[in-house]
Amino acid sequence: MSINAQFETENKPGNSTLELINVQNLVKYFPVRGGVLQRVVAWVQAVDDVSFSIYKGETVGLVGESGCGKTTVGRTMLRLTEPTSGTVKFDGIDVFSLKGGELKDMRRNIQIIFQDPYASLDPRMPIGDSIGEGLKIHNIGTPRERFEIVIEMLRKVGLEDYHAKRYPHEFSGGQRQRIGIARALALRPKFIIADEPVSALDVSIQSQVLNIMKDLQREFDLTYLFIAHNLSVVEHISDRVAVMYLGKMVEFADRDELFRNPLQPYTQALMSAIPIPDPTIRRDRIILQGDVPSPLNPPKGCRFHPRCPVAMDHCKLEEPPFREISRNHWTACWRVE
Amino acid sequence: MAQDKLLRVEELLLHFRTQMGAVQAVDGVSFDLDYGRSMVILGESGCGKTSMAKAILRLLPRNVSSYTGHIYLEGNELMHLNDEEYRQNIRWAAMSLVPQAAMNSLNPVLKVGDQVAEPAMVHLGVRKDEAMAQARRMFQHVGVPADFLNRYAFELSGGMRQRVAIAMALVTSPRLIVLDEPTSALDVLTQANIFNVLKRLKKELEASFILITHDIATSSELADDVAVMYAGHIVEISDAFRFFESPLHPYSKKLMASVPRLRGDKEPDFIIGQPPSLLDPPKGCRFADRCPSRFEKCGQEPPTVDKEGRKVKCWLYV
Repeated sequence: MSINAQFETENKPGNSTLELINVQNLVKYFPVRGGVLQRVVAWVQAVDDVSFSIYKGETVGLVGESGCGKTTVGRTMLRLTEPTSGTVKFDGIDVFSLKGGELKDMRRNIQIIFQDPYASLDPRMPIGDSIGEGLKIHNIGTPRERFEIVIEMLRKVGLEDYHAKRYPHEFSGGQRQRIGIARALALRPKFIIADEPVSALDVSIQSQVLNIMKDLQREFDLTYLFIAHNLSVVEHISDRVAVMYLGKMVEFADRDELFRNPLQPYTQALMSAIPIPDPTIRRDRIILQGDVPSPLNPPKGCRFHPRCPVAMDHCKLEEPPFREISRNHWTACWRVE
Repeated sequence: MAQDKLLRVEELLLHFRTQMGAVQAVDGVSFDLDYGRSMVILGESGCGKTSMAKAILRLLPRNVSSYTGHIYLEGNELMHLNDEEYRQNIRWAAMSLVPQAAMNSLNPVLKVGDQVAEPAMVHLGVRKDEAMAQARRMFQHVGVPADFLNRYAFELSGGMRQRVAIAMALVTSPRLIVLDEPTSALDVLTQANIFNVLKRLKKELEASFILITHDIATSSELADDVAVMYAGHIVEISDAFRFFESPLHPYSKKLMASVPRLRGDKEPDFIIGQPPSLLDPPKGCRFADRCPSRFEKCGQEPPTVDKEGRKVKCWLYV
């Protein structure tokens, strides 16, 4: 048994010494309560047995349709939501076993950039205070030093010193998202979870925010988990890309490998749906029937089988294991040899 | 008077009254649209795209300070009609709107079938059973199962609700359908499905579309013509092929360059700064402050130049 267990853990994606983040068998079920007594009547299987790792200094893109659990993965890693089971190791430390002060110290190293720049800044706080708040919570420096860090961060994201005294409503969406980045960076974290950082922005400024993120990654030696649904953006920024479907990770590979040679039928459908701004290109689309099933009662076997164009009988019965098909290319599909 | 065009808009102007002054949301916009064609209107948020759609359909809020210009539908001037005539003869009957966030615009306490049938009953005066039969046909057109007629909006997914909203706009068989950001809240796969539906509808129904969007990549799927809006003006109108190959206006060029492309080796570009306030837009070219090719003439209002059938509002092409 023990040998078997060891064999299994070694066969999860990336058990390398260079890795900064290691997620093993992460599970998050949300209870659904009902009735007079508010008993738990069902479980939403938001994230079900997800394992992956992230190396130092790289960007891992996490893509999938809305409701597939990608945001929950990010939030659970930071313990903004508590996991149901599984482990997340940050630099070898088990994040889920930390308590109180230890957890606080760990969070200094992991920061998050939120999806909606309009909702994630306190409207009654000057943005300088918002950026410096993390420093204050972690008791870093004197007020004067903190202010200097805030100014430095503002300049890093292309804003001016005098902006520190202004309120969020005085900024445009792109500026606010840059403020969000400055706030995440103020504590000099090692790892940043970026949850759809550009999806609320106009295309004309998206790439500005992406470029800033790339520059800062080089400068501060950052590691990113980049959660998004726009595949072109993910392709642009990521080193490796993971695809999620209905709480499961279905494919994980190097960016070029994944975009050139997607193995899982769901990934293939996603790739074929990417719009290209050129009316002369003719596309052969894989059209998926129906909608994403409810994570309340996910299909048996492979969760993708009801919509899969190449599903076999076996797919309905047994769930495909997440295995390494070729070097660093992981996928869960019975069709793939 | 331009009988051959389905829709002709001349010098359309829509200003809103606010406490801070007049917001010049649509400021002298002209274009025309042929039968059976689809025009995409591109632009950043806040450039007046939606206001223009509202102005064409005369769905105006109360704080309008001026609303002038000419709109000709099949050669008939619409601006002379009073609101009641407009409501009875034009809106829904001749042109319809799929509003922004259409999936949230459905009534939660009515069955979607009844909602889709309602415009046909009100505007075409048909009986309920006929209207329902028409609604059923429209559901087939947009790819919603017919038994969904008896469901409520909350029982449908986002993509299905969007299809229902499109079905509602089609039920009166209008000549022109205005779609305001029809897929912006949807996932890529659903987006692709909706665009396949729209492409098929365009062939089957011979209707014309005006598609308002900021999503340049998806818009190329449906576009015959492209109009680019910036700060209340149309800065470029072109056929889609030439536009996507080589846009003319510096703003269009920058906008196209900022789209991240798959397997592209070029870094996507971005536009420095932000669009000017429409409360007091700058004199001369409104894009001048952000324009990489600005020169001294840009301080004056640029003329709209015809360049091999494409129109561009820029001094560079004079």
